[in-house]
Amino acid sequence: MDIREALALALEMLAANRVRSALTMLGVVIGVAAIILLVSLGEGATAYITNELTGLGTNLLIITPGKTQTSGGFHPPMASTVRKLTYEDAVALRRRASLLTDAVPVVLGTGKIRYQGNSRHISIVGVTPEFQRVRNLYVEIGQFLGEEDVEGRRRVVVLGRTVKRELFGEGNPLGRFVTLADSRYRVIGIMERKGVSLGFDIDDLVFIPVKSAQDLFDTDRLLEILASVGSPDDIDRAIQQVKDILIRRHGNREDFTVISQGAILSAFTTILKILTAVLGGIAGISLVVGGIGIMNIMLVSVRERTREIGIRKAVGARRRDILSQFLIESIVLSSLGGLLGVVLGVGGAKGLSFFFTYLPTRVSMWAILMAFGFSAAVGVFFGVYPARRAAVLDPIQALRYE
Amino acid sequence: MAICGPSGSGKSTLMNILGCLDRPTSGRYLLEGVEVASLEDDALAALRNRRIGFVFQTFNLLPRMTALRNVELPMVYSGLSREERYQRAQEALIAVGLAGRMGHRPSELSGGEQQRVAIARALVNRPAIILADEPTGNLDSAAGEEVMAVFRLLVEGGATILMVTHNQRIAEQAHRVIQLEDGRVISNPIS
Repeated sequence: MDIREALALALEMLAANRVRSALTMLGVVIGVAAIILLVSLGEGATAYITNELTGLGTNLLIITPGKTQTSGGFHPPMASTVRKLTYEDAVALRRRASLLTDAVPVVLGTGKIRYQGNSRHISIVGVTPEFQRVRNLYVEIGQFLGEEDVEGRRRVVVLGRTVKRELFGEGNPLGRFVTLADSRYRVIGIMERKGVSLGFDIDDLVFIPVKSAQDLFDTDRLLEILASVGSPDDIDRAIQQVKDILIRRHGNREDFTVISQGAILSAFTTILKILTAVLGGIAGISLVVGGIGIMNIMLVSVRERTREIGIRKAVGARRRDILSQFLIESIVLSSLGGLLGVVLGVGGAKGLSFFFTYLPTRVSMWAILMAFGFSAAVGVFFGVYPARRAAVLDPIQALRYE
Repeated sequence: MAICGPSGSGKSTLMNILGCLDRPTSGRYLLEGVEVASLEDDALAALRNRRIGFVFQTFNLLPRMTALRNVELPMVYSGLSREERYQRAQEALIAVGLAGRMGHRPSELSGGEQQRVAIARALVNRPAIILADEPTGNLDSAAGEEVMAVFRLLVEGGATILMVTHNQRIAEQAHRVIQLEDGRVISNPIS
């Protein structure tokens, strides 16, 4: 019997009891669908994060005070024992680190912004003009902070979208004065809509010149220094340059952390890859349960067809003929289930991200192939035992079976 | 040739050994010069497939398959192509007089017809010998006569048939009758 005929026979046997076959397949269908769904959720999250971080520009370096081993953390503007980064540090980097194109000092604080009757509690970020370039965030209406605004410690402010809407509604805020913590600031620009980036909701904060922020919060501590490297190939050497300059400025101590966007990205993707694998593994458990169901039904089927097995052996079927017949049946059963599971899983993944846009999914070919492969493997693994039982039946006893 | 004897005389056991379905606990069985007891399971299966044809009292047809496919079954295990199988199965069914019943399932056939399908199946790999264990045991006398007629036809055509029965009348239709009692041959005339 060639393989095509064997498959045809297996299908015929499965079709003979459609309900039973369908119910048995269900375990595998659900298992495979679950694997694909969960893995695509994991991959979607990974792709989302990768996209976000790549959108920051591949050449971004973040220098934070304190030596941290983890990446991507930020220090709240409270008093702490950690040695500070200063505006002068940023200036030094800008002047002396040849591989950097920009170095932006960032001061962060919170406060209440008020206009006419409305007020809002927001984050206030003090930066320099290069901030736009370094962070890839641009002003949409009006203009951003200028060099003279920083040097002159001027009280000008650029609003995020949400803040503008909350305070001014549809009106034009340019040239108007808002109150930031008892001081009057003139609105000179409105940022483009962005949403959440690097942990901050850009739309819900305001930008003022960094020296004005130092005055406002009465501090010379920086939250961080954002720097951009000229070329991605220079990143490692640029990091070394930054470290050399700052260590010397900080009394020969490396009491700061330099993080590259690449490092953040790989840390996140590693975590997410592990998460995805774990999710897939959990889904795989249901596949195993499906396999047990197949083994169960195949055992029943073998018992029911004892007579048939005896007849086949009497007319010349060898053990391996019987073994392969039943093994192929269980493989066909599980593979069909795998196929349906793939369809269901892919459909579910696409549907999920369609209806819930905050749940990104990404269906990848390798996940499909892997899940399908597992379903076939389940058929082999859980089908062997019943097939062996069938193969070693004694023909004489089998023929007597009622 | 017929083997005759009361129940319990060991007829079925003898048939099973002759048919390579069972191994003798003692003694020797030579089939075409080969010592059967020394053979592996796969070799025995090959003998059952190609050198021996079985006909059982309870017909033992696959219930969900047509007569044609039932007859094809031994050829599936001897590796013939689909066309050849179809061809030979047709011929065999015609030979036993069931030309018009090929597409029927066993449940749609009478007892005599089912047994004739079984005989066709036994023929299809051109075996050296056909073994029939109480072939008419589940049939009424008319159907039994049909079957015996087919056997006579086949023997005339050169086939060798070994039949086991407890029915003396049926046994006497054979060319040679061996009597069995309590597991021993008590009469073995060469006629």
